This record gives sequence, structure tokens and C-alpha cells, in this order.
Amino acid sequence: MRSFAYLSAPDIDTALHAVSAEPNAKFLGGGTNLVDLMREEIEQPDTVIDITRLPLAEVAELPGGGVRVGALVRNSHLAAHPLIRERYPVLSQAILHGASGQLRNMATVGGNLLQRTRCVYFYDTASPCNKREPGAGCAAAEGFHRNTAVLGTSEHCLAAHPSDMCVALAALDAAVEVRSVRGVRRIPVTDFHRLPGATPHVESDLAPDELVTAVEIPPLRAAANSRYRKVRDRASYAFALVSVAAALEVEDGRVRTARLALGGVGTRPWRAREAERVLADAPATEEAFDRAAEAELAAAVGRPDNAFKIDLARRTVTAVLRRLLTTDGSTP
Amino acid sequence: MTSTAAASVVGQPVSRVDGPLKVAGGATYAAEFDPGPGLCHGAIVTSTVASGRIASIDTAAAEAAPGVVAVLTHRNAPVLPYHEHKGLTDPPEGERIHLLQDDRVRHQGQPVALAVAETLEEAVYAASLVRVSYRPESAVTAFSDAVAHAVPPGPRYRDRGLEGDGGRGDADAALGAAPVRIEAEYVMPRLNHNPIEPHGTVARWSEGELTLWDKTQWVDNVRAEMAAVFGLPPDRVRVVSPFVGGAFGSGLRPWANVTLAAMASRHVDRPVKVVLTRRQMFGITGYRPRSTHRVALGADRDGQLLAIRHEGVSETSTYETYAEEQLGSSEYLYACRDVATRYRVAPRNVQTPNDMRGPGKVTGVHALECAMDELAAALDMDPVELRLRNDTIVDQSTGVPFSSRSLRECYQAAGERFGWSRRNPRPGAMRDERGRLVGYGCASATWPAMRQAAEARARLLPDGSAVVSSSSSDMGPGTYTSMTQVAAETLGLPLERVRFELGDTRMPTAPVHGGSWTMASLGSAVQAACAEARRRALAEIGRADADLAAVLRQIGEPVEATVRTEPGDELRRYSAHSFGAVFAEVAVDPDLCTVRVPRLVGAYGVGRVVNPKTARSQITGGMVMGMGMALTERTEVDPRDARPVNSSLADYLVPVNADVGELDAVFVDEEDPHVNPLGVKGLGEIGTVGVAAAICNAVYHATGRRVRELPVTVERVLGAAVR
Amino acid sequence: MRVTMTVNGHRMDADDVWEGESLLYVLRERLGLAGSKNACEQGECGSCTVFLDEVTVCACLVAAGQAHGRSVRTVEGLAEAGADGAPGLSDVQEAFVAAGAVQCGFCTPGLLVQTEDLLRRTVAAGAGAPSDAEIREALAGNLCRCTGYEAVIEAVRLAAEWTERGRPAGGPARGEAR
Repeated sequence: MRSFAYLSAPDIDTALHAVSAEPNAKFLGGGTNLVDLMREEIEQPDTVIDITRLPLAEVAELPGGGVRVGALVRNSHLAAHPLIRERYPVLSQAILHGASGQLRNMATVGGNLLQRTRCVYFYDTASPCNKREPGAGCAAAEGFHRNTAVLGTSEHCLAAHPSDMCVALAALDAAVEVRSVRGVRRIPVTDFHRLPGATPHVESDLAPDELVTAVEIPPLRAAANSRYRKVRDRASYAFALVSVAAALEVEDGRVRTARLALGGVGTRPWRAREAERVLADAPATEEAFDRAAEAELAAAVGRPDNAFKIDLARRTVTAVLRRLLTTDGSTP
Repeated sequence: MTSTAAASVVGQPVSRVDGPLKVAGGATYAAEFDPGPGLCHGAIVTSTVASGRIASIDTAAAEAAPGVVAVLTHRNAPVLPYHEHKGLTDPPEGERIHLLQDDRVRHQGQPVALAVAETLEEAVYAASLVRVSYRPESAVTAFSDAVAHAVPPGPRYRDRGLEGDGGRGDADAALGAAPVRIEAEYVMPRLNHNPIEPHGTVARWSEGELTLWDKTQWVDNVRAEMAAVFGLPPDRVRVVSPFVGGAFGSGLRPWANVTLAAMASRHVDRPVKVVLTRRQMFGITGYRPRSTHRVALGADRDGQLLAIRHEGVSETSTYETYAEEQLGSSEYLYACRDVATRYRVAPRNVQTPNDMRGPGKVTGVHALECAMDELAAALDMDPVELRLRNDTIVDQSTGVPFSSRSLRECYQAAGERFGWSRRNPRPGAMRDERGRLVGYGCASATWPAMRQAAEARARLLPDGSAVVSSSSSDMGPGTYTSMTQVAAETLGLPLERVRFELGDTRMPTAPVHGGSWTMASLGSAVQAACAEARRRALAEIGRADADLAAVLRQIGEPVEATVRTEPGDELRRYSAHSFGAVFAEVAVDPDLCTVRVPRLVGAYGVGRVVNPKTARSQITGGMVMGMGMALTERTEVDPRDARPVNSSLADYLVPVNADVGELDAVFVDEEDPHVNPLGVKGLGEIGTVGVAAAICNAVYHATGRRVRELPVTVERVLGAAVR
Repeated sequence: MRVTMTVNGHRMDADDVWEGESLLYVLRERLGLAGSKNACEQGECGSCTVFLDEVTVCACLVAAGQAHGRSVRTVEGLAEAGADGAPGLSDVQEAFVAAGAVQCGFCTPGLLVQTEDLLRRTVAAGAGAPSDAEIREALAGNLCRCTGYEAVIEAVRLAAEWTERGRPAGGPARGEAR
């Protein structure tokens, strides 16, 4: 690991001033991703600003029924929080489907938003990777790309976004609050992550001097009937081949509200708006679920190792939505 | 305590004698030894081409980095004699890589430099600053290209009894005439041992003597190899390895960390520690080679096997030939008059493979036992019945009887515990309470019972205790415990009064800790040494029936015996193998095609079981390794440049706790009076054999789909499930 | 930098710690506590699991500076010293030995810490013994290549039982379990 200056920030202002003064600085939260990437020589910051002592670890109810989650709330704490379990079970489940108990105890909400891909070539500094080294080329395109994306890819990058939590947040229309010395702004989580395009190394809308301070989740009645399903090679502790976050509300046999987001298949946490459009006011039937999934996946581009994800994603969407129906075809 | 009470200790589920130390965090593994003042750390720089020459290597930045003591490359490394040495676990064909001795690169991940620094972090950082450029040369990188140029293993393998072609009768003719035939190809990917402890070595030179604390299954071979590499008499090298954090074969050969630590230590004249990173574990150590097998079976309509033709090819390196006996089981497992086997190795620009738990058998039995299931389906016959119909008490490959064989009893015992009779023979017909497709599958398991010469010392002390020692290893099965049991029983002393020591070249010579032969080989020597020491002690006072502890107190000084034992001709008069039967239940999600394994049940005939508790754990661990092979494990090698791409525990998926369901392993009662004095046949490897086949066969039963390429991933099952 | 922590109940200082060092490195290389193992350095195997302020973490991914001023408990600190001052074994440690859940021993320290955490959150908190499914999920981050996890599950069940009802006096004699 390359040497760096270490600063433990006592308060938010100090952290923000430090990062604005230093062009190659990184905030250190739980460290589960950054420390790993630094050891692999993929991240090489000159300054590491430890923010774990900042007062950003609160989970609070918002007026109107939403929830505000501090950026330093640990994944395990958030998943177990009664407000989240009651109002957004999909979020609790998504978090619990990620990583291991130890890692969830360390990982923060802010860090998880910025989690970087697990593409094997991104991690091997001997291989070309446009995300790691702009312009170097993409070893995955003609190499092993089973764990890469089929939605939102470009000729420059296929890397899948690895987070489970973000998939649920995308379905829930959460907003990310970021701060810098220039002020505060809020970014819808569905706009927070960028498509790779020609600049796969730019992964989010976050400016280099900005700090994620919180995530706000708006109230959503349908979220009480929500679910996260993750298809993976191991029964636990593995990245998603395909995952689906879904919330469903049915009235008189027709879909009143449907929220869908996909993981494992997208270059960013994939909000399935096309599927939601098809589902809007459609009969709550397996056939409609299938049609909605197909509509979303029409734009998917499969390659030899990962084309199966298109069919698997369709099956997973349908299976999850079906599970959100009661036996009489309605929702609770 | 009387000797009568102690005599019952063999066969008892004794708790691991080294358990309390290990749970307290007090066991010292190789890289944790303190060699005294001045320890520095080495970090390895590895190649990024599969074949070529080092064109330039720039170490200036590394040498200027903080804490750096030295940077070794082929340009400044000491020239080492590298005398010829081939231990039993080294490939007999070809020549090992001479580390940092020239500019030649033969595989991805080959060490090309070593940065030595005051701290590990400084060494790692310095290593990252070494800039290497290569002149690549043409390389065989894709397995398919290597297979096109596959060759027989070679004459020195033939001398060891491993032929490229084998069999009896005329398999082709018999296949042509068989009323029922199946033929299929099975693909098994490269697998890495991935012990949890990475390989590591601490080296120290002192007055021309080299001491190595190393992770190894064979201290004596590490000593012989280092003596050859450095041109030293073996008695100038000491290797110490009391605890090994898993190995499964990865500790059978000394890897680059040993030589580099020793080389660097001599160069900087300080103790040096070199530990492989997890990524380097994929590029420097060996692995189970990728292989492709084609099996054709012919039978009459009653299920009597008429012909077996089994062909296999596996990858090896270009500088050594690694061959394993993959097809032998097809020659002896079942009765069959006409058998043909053909085995080839495919040289590729990769590092040399090496034995991984159940080498050869795990691969060959997988193909054979999947094919047997296909044959059973073609015959519309129960898969267990098909195996039993072809059971034999004579090894037809040699014509000699088996020393013992309980395959039938294993099928009966495991089948009953498993509930095989509940199986609806029609594929896709069974469901669990969650609506998942349920499949039952089975397979045979086999592993040869072998024995090597071994030496042990028993030292009886005046306080009535005993210290027994041999240079063996305990990579996890429980050598410390089982040898303590054998010694206590033989001496007639309570367990607590006996201490067994291992893992030091200063001790009497043990054979390599592998091949499932440690109990048969070393157990026999421990038994003999203890019997001899006891005899000597009792002879001193002229009484044969006295209490040993009392006798020792009376003698007042230590009594010692060192005994070497070796196998006789029993393994020529008998064909000796452990056999087993393993049953798998799988549950397949009908929508998503994920495969889970709620149950694995195995029964094994392994001769005498010295310690049912440690033995059972050996088997269940082996089973789960087989489950990993079936469902999740593979080392992906990029066909474009032969580089392993998933070199981490995040990307190479060994099973986790949540993958495992109910595991049940039982041993059938079996007395084998022929194999060795203890009557043990070995159980370290057999637990892994056949498991993947049982699971694949269960997946077929659940879904109607044959997945012939491992691992059985979602996409390979997808589309086949009944909605 | 100087890192001060409370390790296994004792205040410990490590001087001249480089910022890039991990908590695991500090424990093993500077404080002489080699019980926590280094096997992947990626948080993927769980061998380095320790308590950090009473929650379990992978010590390989904790930057040393982050541990400053905090409390750490490692495998070496799981057992309370006995009446005679000699360290005994905790219920979890004793259960792992008795159930045969230890083979090579390299994953063992991390598994013990994670198990201790599971039992604290369940049976010791009055929430009853964890189910097998809960155990398997809670320990999914601790890779074991030797045992197949079967004996590990038995050990956790046994430790849970002892936590609930008390360990039989003196613990099981060697060879008595099972």
C-alpha cells in the first residue's frame, strides 16, 4: 500500500475543508471497500480522512413518514432498525443479503453507495481496465464476464454495480444528501450513480470535494409489502448474479403501485422504470409480471458468459412479484 | 490407571489433544515463529506474461523506498547450485523453475523479484514499485489448444506405474456388441486447494546452517530440496512445522516462498519471512488440473457391464509433467471384462499442477460415476442396483483379491440412512414443502490404501510419561491425536501421560503426510516403537506383566526405542482400497434454477477407525470440498494469456456454512487383516471422491437435465426446470 | 502515529504505527497477539474476526488509526482467567474442542469470536438458542476448509446449551462429548 497522510476529522467542517484543500483525498468510513482497494493498489489516495467520528450515525423519522439515515450508520444497524424493518422491509433484506455479518458491522451507508465493482479485471492490476485506468481497454469484454452487467453497458465497460443496499434504495426513490464547503445538495439515488459511457472511471455524481452525509427515504405505502430476492452461487456471502428489489400494492386485482429495481445486471443499481410503466394499472397476474420484466430487459445486451442473466432476471422479477401477492391475488 | 483401561483408547472419539491450544489462539504456525532479532519481510513480484523473457527490470524506486533492505532479481540474486532433486511429490518428468536464476518466464505469476524490507508493509510497497517489462514469446494459453497437443505422461511415470494406456480385453468390440450403450464427455475445471493458511516461510541462517519454519506436509522433503538448491549437506538444514493451517495437498511441495526466504536471508544476513498473498496462492502453488473426460459404457439389459472405455486429458505445465492416476478406478471399481483407458497430459504455459485431495480419483471417479448414472437411466434401472450388480471381490485390473471391500455394505448403510427407498425414479417427480424440485443421486467412492516406510521414537520417562515423535505433519486430520492414542494403547499408559511431537527434521523420519497413508505408515511405526520401548523397560526389571508407570519410576532413567517399519509384500498379494457410497439430495428452485444440497450421506469401509470423532470430521470436510467442486469452485484461467482471473476468496467460491445442510458420515464395520498391523486403510481423501457425481446425478433426477461440466451453476441448469 | 487501545481488557500502546497498517497487523506484529489469523487480507475469510467496541469486524480491513481509543477483544481474550489466575477456556472454546470443531485451527480464532458474538446476541440476551439456520448465516463469513462445518454447528449448539443451562462442572472430560 502506498503511503498517505491520515487525518481523523473531529467534525464535518474540518472534513470538508480538508477534502477541498487536497485534490487526491478519500474519506474513510467503514473501510471494507477502500482499505481493500488501497491494498490492491487500485485506490492510491494521498490523504485519507477518517470520518468515523463524525456525528452522522443517526436513523431518524422524518415528518410525513420518511426516514433519514446518517451516512455513517452501519449496515447491520440499519438492517435491524425497527423503522426500516417495518416501513421498508426490502431495504432491511437487501442489506442482510450483502457481505457477511462482520462486514455489515463495519460497512456504512455512505460507503455502500460508493462501493466499487467486483469485476475480476478491475481487481487485477496486470489486466487492462478502463475503470481503473481510463483508455487502457476492457479485458472483460472478450474475457471472463460472467459477473458483469447486461444493462447500461458501453463498449468501454461492462462492470456490474455490486451493492445490494443501493438496489433497494433505488426502488424506494431515496435521495442522497451531500455536503461540501460550497453547500448542501440532494441527489436522487437513481441519478447518483452514472452509466459508464466513455468514462467508466466516473462512477457517481459526487464531486471530489463532496461528502455523503445522509440518505433520505420518502414514505411509500407499498413498501410495507416489499421484498428483496438475490440469486447467487452460494447460499450466502456472494455477489448477486441477479437481484430484485420490489414493492407492490394491488387494488381490485390491478397494480396500483409497483416499484422495481435490479442488481447484478446493471452497471448501476437498476431502477426498472420500463417494467413499472408496463405494470401500472395492469392486472396483477404472473403474465403481466413476465411482460413487464421482458419490457425492461428488452434493452439488455448479453455476452457469452452473462447472457443467461437476461432470462434469469426475468424469472426473478416474476417470482418476486408473485411472492408479494397473497393467495387470493391481492396484497396485504 | 491400569494398562487395561488405557488399552481401549484406540477406536474412541477422543477430543483433539491440540484443541485447547488452538482455541486459545496459542498454536504457532509457520509465519508466526520468532527467529530472533533482525527479522525482515519479503514481498514477491510476479510475472504478468505466460511465456517470455524479462526485457528490463527497474528496481531503483523500490530500492529507494523507506525501509528497504534489498531487492532481489535474476540480475543480482545469488547463483544457486540447484542440484537435481525429485522427491516423491515432485513430478518425475521435467525440471523445476530455478528462481531468479535467469530471465526466462514460464508462467503467469512466476516470481521475478523479491523486495526485502524492515516491515511487511514496506516490502509490499517496494514490490509494487518494481517495474518489469517482458519480451513475450509464443505460449499455449488456452486449454483447448493444449489438448490438441496432448501427450502420454512419459517414461518416468511409466516407471511409477502410471501408463498412458491401460485396460484389458477389447473394449471397442465389446462396446459395439453391447445391447445398451452410453457415451458422454465430462469437463472439470481447475481447482485450487485454498487452505485457509497461506503458504509462508521464515528462514534464518546461522553459521552456515539453515533453519526454516515452513508450512508443509513434509519437512524432510523441504530439507532435501533446500539442501539440493543451496548445495548443502541435508544435515545443515532444519525444517520446523508443528502446525499447518490446512493444506489438502498444497503442502506437498516447497513453493517459491521457501527458496526465496532462504535466498534472501542469506543475501541480507538476517532472518527473512516470506508469505504468499491469496492472489499468489493461485499463481505460485499447485492446483487440481483442468481435465476433460470421455466415458463410454456398454451393458447387457440386466445391467451387467460389458465394456468401459474411459479417456481423460488434464493440463500440465511446459517445464514439468504433472500426471495423476485419473483412470485407474475405471479398471478396478467394477467387474467388467473389456476395459480401455487412455490418459494424456496437455502442456500449457501455466505453473505445474500438484496433488489436491483425492488426486486423480476425484476426477476419474466423477466421470465414471456420472456415466454409471446415465447408464442406469438408459437401462431404466435403479442406480444403486446397477452398482451392486457389478460389485466384485477381485480387482480385475490385477487379478488379485481385494484385502477388504465393503462397497455393498456401504450402499446398504448409507442408502438406508438416506432413505433412498423413498426415491421416485422418474426425474422431476419429487418436490419439497417449498415447492422446490428434489433429486436424489448416488455415487461410489474409492481410494487406495497405501503404506510407506516410517520411523518413530518412543521415549519413556521416569515420571511414568512418554514422549513419542516423528517428523510427520498434522495439517488438520488429527495426527497428534491419533498417534497419541496408538502410543497410549501400545504403552498401556493413560492418554494424558503421552505426548506426541511432530514437524521437525530432527525427529525420526516420517513419510510425506498425504495419500491417506499417515495412519497406516506412521501409526505402524509408532505402535512398533512403543511396543519396543515398553518391552525394553519391562525387560530391565525382568517382568512382562508389570504396570509400566511403576516400572519406569523404578528404573529411574529414560528408556528409548526408535523403530523403522516398512510395508511387506501384502500390497502385491492384495489389492487394498477404501470404498464408500455417497448419497446426495438436491433442491432446485424451479424458477431460478439455484441448486442447494440439503443432505449428504456417506458410508465408508476404511478398515479400523482409530478415532471416530476426528475421522468423521475428516469425511464431512471432504464431502463439503466435493460439494464445492460440484457447485461453486473453479479457477478461471483466461484463455488469451493463461492468467488466473478469479484469484481471491471473493471470486473463488469455497462453500460457506450456509451452503451446507445435513451431513452424515458413517463407517461400516470392517476388519482388514492384510493391509498393515493397525488394519487401517485411510480416510483423508475418500470423503471428497464421488460427491460431485452424486450431486450431478441428483440434479439430473430433480430436473431431467445432465450437467456434464462442473461446476453446476445456475445457467447450466436454467431452462431445464419444469415450471 | 501512536495507537492506544484497550486490548482484552488491558490498555496497550503501539508506537510508530504506519497509517496504512491494519488493526490485524498491529495486533499480530506489534502487540504479539498472533491468535487472530491473516488469510486473505480482503475481509473474505473471517479468520481475523475480532470484537471492536463489542461488535465483530474483520481486523484486516480496519485501518489502525480507526482503532485508536477503542476496545478490542481477540481470541486470546475470550476466556476469563480462572480462580488460580490461569486462563481457562470459555464455553465456546471448550465446546469447539469437545465437539471436534477444530481441525487445522487456522479459521478457529475467527470462528470463536463470531460464535461468541452470536451467543451474546441470542441465548445470552435471553432470546433463546439460535436455530441451525441462524447459526449458519451468522457464521457464513468465516470460511473453514477442513470440517465441512458439521462439527462447528454442533459446537455452537453445545455452547448455546451451556450458556443457557451452565457448563457441566469441569467441562467434559476428553473423549466424553458425542
